Amino acid sequence: MDALMSWLLDLKDTFVLCFIDGDRWKWLVEGFRNSIVITVFAIVIGLFFGVILAAVRSSYDKNAESLKMRGGIGYWSLRIVNFLAKVYITVIRGIPVVVQLMIWYFVILVSQKNDVLIAIIGFGFNSSAYVAEIFRGGIMSVDNGQFEAGRSLGFNYIQTMKNIIIPQAVKSSLPTLLNEVIALLKETSVAGYVGIMDLTKAGDLIRGRVFEAFMPLIAVAIIYLVTVVVLTNVFTAIERRLRRNER
Amino acid sequence: MNADNIIQVQGLKKHYFGGKVKALDGVDVDIRRGEVVVIIGPSGSGKSTLLRSLNLLELPTAGKILFNNVDITNKKVNINVHRQKMGMVFQHFNLFNNMNILKNMTIAPVQLLHKSKAEAREKAMSLLKKVGLDDRAGAYPSQLSGGQKQRVAIVRALCMEPEVMLFDEPTSALDPEMVGEVLDVMKSLAKDGMTMVVVTHEMGFAKEVADRVIFMDEGKIVETGSPEEIFSSPKSARLKDFLSKVL
Repeated sequence: MDALMSWLLDLKDTFVLCFIDGDRWKWLVEGFRNSIVITVFAIVIGLFFGVILAAVRSSYDKNAESLKMRGGIGYWSLRIVNFLAKVYITVIRGIPVVVQLMIWYFVILVSQKNDVLIAIIGFGFNSSAYVAEIFRGGIMSVDNGQFEAGRSLGFNYIQTMKNIIIPQAVKSSLPTLLNEVIALLKETSVAGYVGIMDLTKAGDLIRGRVFEAFMPLIAVAIIYLVTVVVLTNVFTAIERRLRRNER
Repeated sequence: MNADNIIQVQGLKKHYFGGKVKALDGVDVDIRRGEVVVIIGPSGSGKSTLLRSLNLLELPTAGKILFNNVDITNKKVNINVHRQKMGMVFQHFNLFNNMNILKNMTIAPVQLLHKSKAEAREKAMSLLKKVGLDDRAGAYPSQLSGGQKQRVAIVRALCMEPEVMLFDEPTSALDPEMVGEVLDVMKSLAKDGMTMVVVTHEMGFAKEVADRVIFMDEGKIVETGSPEEIFSSPKSARLKDFLSKVL
């Protein structure tokens, strides 16, 4: 009983040392805020460019054959743009995100002083390649008969995509897309590698200041875990709601 | 030039793999207004390819297709406008999964023919009533049986008020007990004077409804004539052989 009591008191002292003294809990708050800001804006960038890349890639996949038979500049320009998109996706997906981040930080945006902005750009462009492939997979997974039916009624390519294919593709790729959001949140933990004050870095700074590893790391871990669980629940609710509409 | 011919196919070829596979190998056929033409033949004979070429879902390698005396294989022709007048019914129905039945039927007339929603709805409901499905207007495709789906697919195409209806093995994916209900709709359509081109394995339908039967084999039209001529006094050995297997 006494042993437990003194252990609990120890724990309390460590807690006070880590988070209360010097208002160090504010570091965690700032770090967490930065992690969320980076994730949210990176996803916005990732979605924006990802959708464009997916549009290019799937347009090529769907139209290459017919455009080739008709020949002309349309085929060649689409082919070149598709090639560039493919190279971009390959490069991004082939390089660890922390290396990409360092390249942004130390090479491309070396004069940029806003660390968080650099992280948003780095994670955003990284994410765009993954989002692109998720959307492309969703588009290609819609039965081609849906596409043919749309075209046979007289809808052009864009109308068919907008009315028929995209709504079904979004629905089928949504679970993977939401997973990407969660993965991205956790990936931002490498931002500290270039000195960006994210949640992981905040915990690490506390550890270095108070020479106490357990408490700050556990705190950081719990904050990530709770955030991911909350996000997962929100996303599951969204998916269930979408599915209720049909099927 | 013949005003009575709604579709004229001239020297149509469709080659794959640089000519190694000849799905269509020089097909000439005219479809007269108000005529019901049934195309029969063994699988791989090119009958579906021919049908799907009529609205350019398949792009021909060579040859011309005239629709209302316009060569729709000409690159400068806007195929979407012509497809509005050519209804198509698919083997696998291809109803839009993301829309209910009514929306399936009204989206094209509203967006492409610029009909008012009320007008499109009225037309759709009267057609649904004709095929006995007006009580399912709010249902989603996944909630219908195969036969019901195909009846909806037929009236969806009719909502565009087409000048010709193309049927690509409309009963091949149906359970046997549902074939009759779909054929009945097609028969009444034929009786109303609709121009129809039908690829089917239903020899009974061909005998009863067709004005003209075309027998295809190996990408060519082998024999053509009235149902009487084709089924009672076939001339070519290949047709005799085919009939001995399917009748």
